[in-house]
Amino acid sequence: MVVPKICGLETEYGITHRGAEESNPITASSLLINAYLSGLQHAPGSPIARVEWDFEDEMPGRDARGVGGGDIGYEPETHLVNAVLTNGSRYYVDHAHPEISGPECADARSAVVWDRAADLIAQRSMEAARALLPEGQELVVYKNNSDGKGNSYGCHENYLMDRATPFGRIVHGATPHFVTRQIFCGAGKVGTEAAGVERFSVPFQLSQRADFFEEEVGLETTLKRPIVNTRDEPHADARHYRRLHVIVGDANLAEVATFLKVGTTALVLALVEHDLFPDDLALAAPVQAIRAVSCDLSLRRPFRLADGTSATALDVQWELLERCAKYCHDVGTEAVGGAVADEVLARWETVLTQLETEPLSPATTVDWVAKYRLLDAYRSRNGCDWNDSRLQALDLQYHDLRPERSVADRLSLERLVDAEQVRWATENPPPDTRAYFRGRCLQQFSSHVVAANWDSVVFDLGGETLRRVPMMEPARGTRQHVASLFDECPTPADLIGRLQQ
Amino acid sequence: MAERERIQKSSRPSSESVPEEEAPTASPTGDRLKAELDDLLDEIDEVLETNAEEFVNSYIQKGGQ
Repeated sequence: MVVPKICGLETEYGITHRGAEESNPITASSLLINAYLSGLQHAPGSPIARVEWDFEDEMPGRDARGVGGGDIGYEPETHLVNAVLTNGSRYYVDHAHPEISGPECADARSAVVWDRAADLIAQRSMEAARALLPEGQELVVYKNNSDGKGNSYGCHENYLMDRATPFGRIVHGATPHFVTRQIFCGAGKVGTEAAGVERFSVPFQLSQRADFFEEEVGLETTLKRPIVNTRDEPHADARHYRRLHVIVGDANLAEVATFLKVGTTALVLALVEHDLFPDDLALAAPVQAIRAVSCDLSLRRPFRLADGTSATALDVQWELLERCAKYCHDVGTEAVGGAVADEVLARWETVLTQLETEPLSPATTVDWVAKYRLLDAYRSRNGCDWNDSRLQALDLQYHDLRPERSVADRLSLERLVDAEQVRWATENPPPDTRAYFRGRCLQQFSSHVVAANWDSVVFDLGGETLRRVPMMEPARGTRQHVASLFDECPTPADLIGRLQQ
Repeated sequence: MAERERIQKSSRPSSESVPEEEAPTASPTGDRLKAELDDLLDEIDEVLETNAEEFVNSYIQKGGQ
């Protein structure tokens, strides 16, 4: 079965409540999200009623390896703010952070658009909260993954995969990619937060997250984090699909980095599904390697492979690029985003060539490079050491989403999508996945939608029972499939009637 | 060292001669980027939080996923 690599990004943002005597991150996150939602409801001409998330299909403790019931130490936080937006995303409080889980996207370019839309929603939320808070207070949102003090929060990716692909094969193929892709999708960080290591013994590293990975494979997401996460919650027909939940990545400000992170991973997973992943890229010690790669700014130090040879991160990435290019040539790009896959291959080759020639050359496309160049230049000019607070402040401010304080905004990062497209995507779903169906239901019938989640929408038509519309096929419910149906249905009862025909 | 055949075949620089931990130099990749960086350095202190040390110390997050 050829399963399209439908993908989505979920970002837990850092949050601070400035100017307050005391602050609580859960309260702050709730205030941020509620401020945004009430702004939507009060917007002139807004059709938006507030629609809550439906927890019916939440099973974060299920393990893809099929062992045990899985106790991961937390339950979904059903009492906190948790809303569904008309662009198909979920906006909620998760683990004391505001999180936006973006809609299902058909390709990497679309993932970039809705990732930027999530950032814009976070910016608007800050503005809305500012209007509600006393003078001198504000909520500030950071798109990063660590506070520099050993606390990390995630930017997760999700990819639709064929259930028939054995999980062990996914681990075999995904691990070398996850360990090495950070050379172009790491967001950069001053110092190290690895346990037992002196903070500034590593002046600067490629990844925000690498310090926090302690296992090769596992179910955990908040402690003893594994490079490959086994959460088995497909949010789709479990007989046909799995959703690979990727927790190892950094949140990116550079659009090209997001594009490459998602695009290359989709390609590598397609290789795995077709059993075309090379046998000889297994690493001898993935956890050591992910940290070593993150700390090697020269990109030249090799790590050991399981077969006794050694390779650098660039070696592995060149090999994967070559295999993925061959896959696209031989099998086609239908399952990996069509023409977007060709763009991924071209940009992948470009960034590897740049990194190989001069690691600091992709200054407008790779976050860690953009950040490092600025911090190193600041250090030289001001004659300070890597442990200087100003460098750490600039590191944090790289990720500050307020335009007036954002450092990333000032580094001429290459844009792949224009601002108008991003604004549109804050209100509208991707047209080419089931997110379209979810978004259209909310746009057109929000006062009759009681709740929604990834794989269903629940309607209240005024009868005795609620009506749940399942969406177990992530590639169905697209604009092409259902736009005319929505156009022809003035009421939700009409829609449900037509769906049952 | 049994270097990887396919990687060698592509005639890219091999990783056999590994340099001792060399920090990359911030050599400019283009005059434009270098000039922009210089301009940014001139004004970055305006963007920087007023009390960098206090800001950094108070940036504490709860661990998430």
